[in-house]
Amino acid sequence: MTALSSQFPIIVAIVPLLAAPICALFRGTTLPWAITTIISGITFYVSIQLMIAVIQGGPISYELGGWAPPWGIEYVVDLLSGFMLILISAISTGVLLFSRESITREVPDHQLGLFFAAYLLALTGMLGICITGDAFNVFVFLEIMSLSSYALIAMGANEDRRALTAAFQYLIIGTVGASFYLIGVGLIYMMTGTLNIADIAARFPEIEGARPILAAAGFIVIGLAIKLALFPFHVWLPNSYTYAPSIITAFFAGTATKVGVYLLIRFIFTVFGVNYSFGGLELTDILLPLAVLGFLSMSVVAIYQTNIKRLLAYSSVAQLGYIILGIALASESGLMATIVHIFNHAIVKSGLFLSVGCMFYVAGSVYLKDLHGIGRRMPVTTFGFVLGGLGLIGVPLTPGFISKWYLVVASIEHGGVIGYGLVALLMVSSLLAVIYIWRVVEVAYFRDIPEGAEKKEAPLSMLVPTWLFIAASFYFGIETTFNVGIAKATAAFLMGGS
Amino acid sequence: MSFGFFNYWIFIILLMIGLYTVMSRSNLVKKMIGLSLFQISVFLFYISMGKIDGGTAPIVVETGADGMAPVYSNPLPHVLILTAIVVGIATTALGLSLVVRIRETFGTIDEDEILEMEDKD
Amino acid sequence: MLLLIAGALAVLSVRNLFVATMLLGIVSFTMALIFISLDAVDVAFTEAAVGAGISTVLYIGTLALVGSQEREKSKFAPGPLAVCLAVGAVLYYATYEMPRYGQPDNPVHTHVAPRYIEDSPTEIGVPNMVTSVLASYRGYDTFGETTVIFTAGIGVLLILRQRRRRKKEVTTEDPPLRDGKGGSISGLGSAHDLVPHVISKLLVPFIFVFALYVQFHGDYGPGGGFQAGVIFAAGIILYALVFGLDFARAVVNEKAILFLISAGVLLYGGVGVVSMLLGGNFLDYNVLSSDPVAGQHLGILLVELGVGITVTAAMLAIFYAFVGRPELLIETSTNAEQPGKERN
Repeated sequence: MTALSSQFPIIVAIVPLLAAPICALFRGTTLPWAITTIISGITFYVSIQLMIAVIQGGPISYELGGWAPPWGIEYVVDLLSGFMLILISAISTGVLLFSRESITREVPDHQLGLFFAAYLLALTGMLGICITGDAFNVFVFLEIMSLSSYALIAMGANEDRRALTAAFQYLIIGTVGASFYLIGVGLIYMMTGTLNIADIAARFPEIEGARPILAAAGFIVIGLAIKLALFPFHVWLPNSYTYAPSIITAFFAGTATKVGVYLLIRFIFTVFGVNYSFGGLELTDILLPLAVLGFLSMSVVAIYQTNIKRLLAYSSVAQLGYIILGIALASESGLMATIVHIFNHAIVKSGLFLSVGCMFYVAGSVYLKDLHGIGRRMPVTTFGFVLGGLGLIGVPLTPGFISKWYLVVASIEHGGVIGYGLVALLMVSSLLAVIYIWRVVEVAYFRDIPEGAEKKEAPLSMLVPTWLFIAASFYFGIETTFNVGIAKATAAFLMGGS
Repeated sequence: MSFGFFNYWIFIILLMIGLYTVMSRSNLVKKMIGLSLFQISVFLFYISMGKIDGGTAPIVVETGADGMAPVYSNPLPHVLILTAIVVGIATTALGLSLVVRIRETFGTIDEDEILEMEDKD
Repeated sequence: MLLLIAGALAVLSVRNLFVATMLLGIVSFTMALIFISLDAVDVAFTEAAVGAGISTVLYIGTLALVGSQEREKSKFAPGPLAVCLAVGAVLYYATYEMPRYGQPDNPVHTHVAPRYIEDSPTEIGVPNMVTSVLASYRGYDTFGETTVIFTAGIGVLLILRQRRRRKKEVTTEDPPLRDGKGGSISGLGSAHDLVPHVISKLLVPFIFVFALYVQFHGDYGPGGGFQAGVIFAAGIILYALVFGLDFARAVVNEKAILFLISAGVLLYGGVGVVSMLLGGNFLDYNVLSSDPVAGQHLGILLVELGVGITVTAAMLAIFYAFVGRPELLIETSTNAEQPGKERN
């Protein structure tokens, strides 16, 4: 029997996958939840072990079925994928700890088994995408993640029927996006004869001038842009996040779009290589304006929202603009800013959505008009929200500051009018963020509590995980060795490895 | 059917029709049908590239009567498309079940009408 | 080929959704025939069973619930048209440097594929290369595929088995339209027609036998777990259509189905886990037996069985969920009469 640790790469993906059918069979409220939480905890532990192994011994490759790539499917853990694995499993675990009280309110009891099974499948999908080294396998896991997320979003229909249309819209757009990706992979396969990502990368220079490859790159970038909700392909995101159950929103906000970003980074830097992506393809010229337009316009739109979840959803699209901006700058510091921001934004946003989940649990609404004086009704929750909001704006000592700082550094490095223009625009966008967070603060603290509203906090089982996220975000805002250190190493690895 | 890029052109045309149906029709079932068309066209693309002229299905057979070893078409795209077909039917099933629920809660499956009702919510 | 385009255009223009569904089925079927001419027999088999079979059943099931007429005269949409033309243009542009169709020296045929073609008979010992690639070389993709079907089953159950917990105004809303057929849902089958009863009674056993043949013959000819599962499910669906849902439920009830969907995935995964315990990698069938080729055989047999079980059960679950939906609503609306029962 081989050592267990040599099997870790597969265990990460397979444990939640196999737990899902078991979970589906159970009824009742506690058991499925407990199983899911434990499983998610296990994946978190294994991810950390994998990351340690990668830091010590370099990338790990695992041959599924014992077939050597490119004939078989290969799992690859390198710095970037290890980083994503930790992020995803950590957020999933935190959200699950929170979920118990919240979800029994929002989903009928007899469906909890199936609900958590779908949750585990979504988790499997995300982990599988990040760890696989095979372009077609990515598609399969992308679909596992997407199909389960359509179903999970539709579960919000118990509270608001618009969840159904949101899920349907997401299904249509998401499937088109995935099919675009599939066409792109098909074109690449046609030219290279292989599906293994490392193998494609090795064979890429021979054929990079060919037209089908150009088309393939286009299809893949657009398909992924749809999946990661890059402006202007974001239309599905606000609805989905607004009407999904609270914990699903918190989970997806931290992870789902980030997986798309991961794939984009993977293709741009590992498969196409920096020279082709930014030399042959001129991706900077395409992504940069979209990113800037994205974070400016979406921040403005966020200001006008009357629903907190929707407000945060638009803010997510805006933040994705920052993340893409880092990629578009095509420099090591830009990429580093992107990775740091993936991490920071995931934690902050999940924390924010969880605190909104607490408000919903007590007040039964996420519309600003129903939340007057919520700061005095639920002081602990709202204070958490405000702290998270500060992180979103990017006040010093918060995580948002770190990522914005690196973005500014990268922009200045880019130099010229564009570089300094970007710095100015980043400032403007931060001011916009101040405004939309302030709207919530104003409602929460400076409006009278409506008649008859009770003063009550959310249960501890919800408050503690929420504060865990908020506290973690501050911890990583001050003690930056983990996130910045890894981001630096990863960026160097990606830029150098191409 | 082996002249030039004929298959690929058919794929492109089918894909455009499917995509157009998805984007332009307001009826949700029609959108799903368009999506199915769109996916079917991708299948054709993959299978076409696996074909070899004069090839045969990738199942081992005895050496032919003329003594020539048979040429097999590439099995890999077939495998990929088998998977993709499954994904397609899974998507269709989920999409249609959402349509059914939308019909129940909104009383219509026309996107424009639904949007109007949502604005009132 | 041109038939495909004609069919697709007709789908676009027809306003009766029922007709559009039928046309889609025809397009799928034509596509299956084209796949045969392109040497993809397995794919053709699946496309015929799924595209022309199961998905048509699903569409019709949906139309029965939602009504089959598109509303307004469809309008011309310039925006989407421009997008489509752009996408098409990009692809058309790409075709000019594509490797020519059907040439044996294309990259597709020279890099990875020859290994499958040349070595799979000795490495795996299964004549059907599609099966050996599917179940062994890329067995993990197939595991993912099984999971996709499992996900779809779970998702449809989540969405359609959801009882409505809204207040009365919503529950008393008009029951879903059902075009054509009247009568209660349990009586979906035609209770009095002798001919369909006799014929289907004769036919169903043959379908099952055929399904078993496809299941276990997939190593040698076209077929395998997925196709067999679809055929098996089709047999039961036929039974349900003729005799009514309640009879079919008596044969396989919903709890058993849920159990079976999970069991299939677990069987597949279990094979992988066992091979891990025996010292190989996940899904490494070589270690399952002292002789690698025998191990491959055993592994493929088991995972195909897993696929077959999951697919059958998931298809049935989806079918039941669609057909049983109105019934569920009737149940709930009577439940909802008793106030305060559902909420909290």
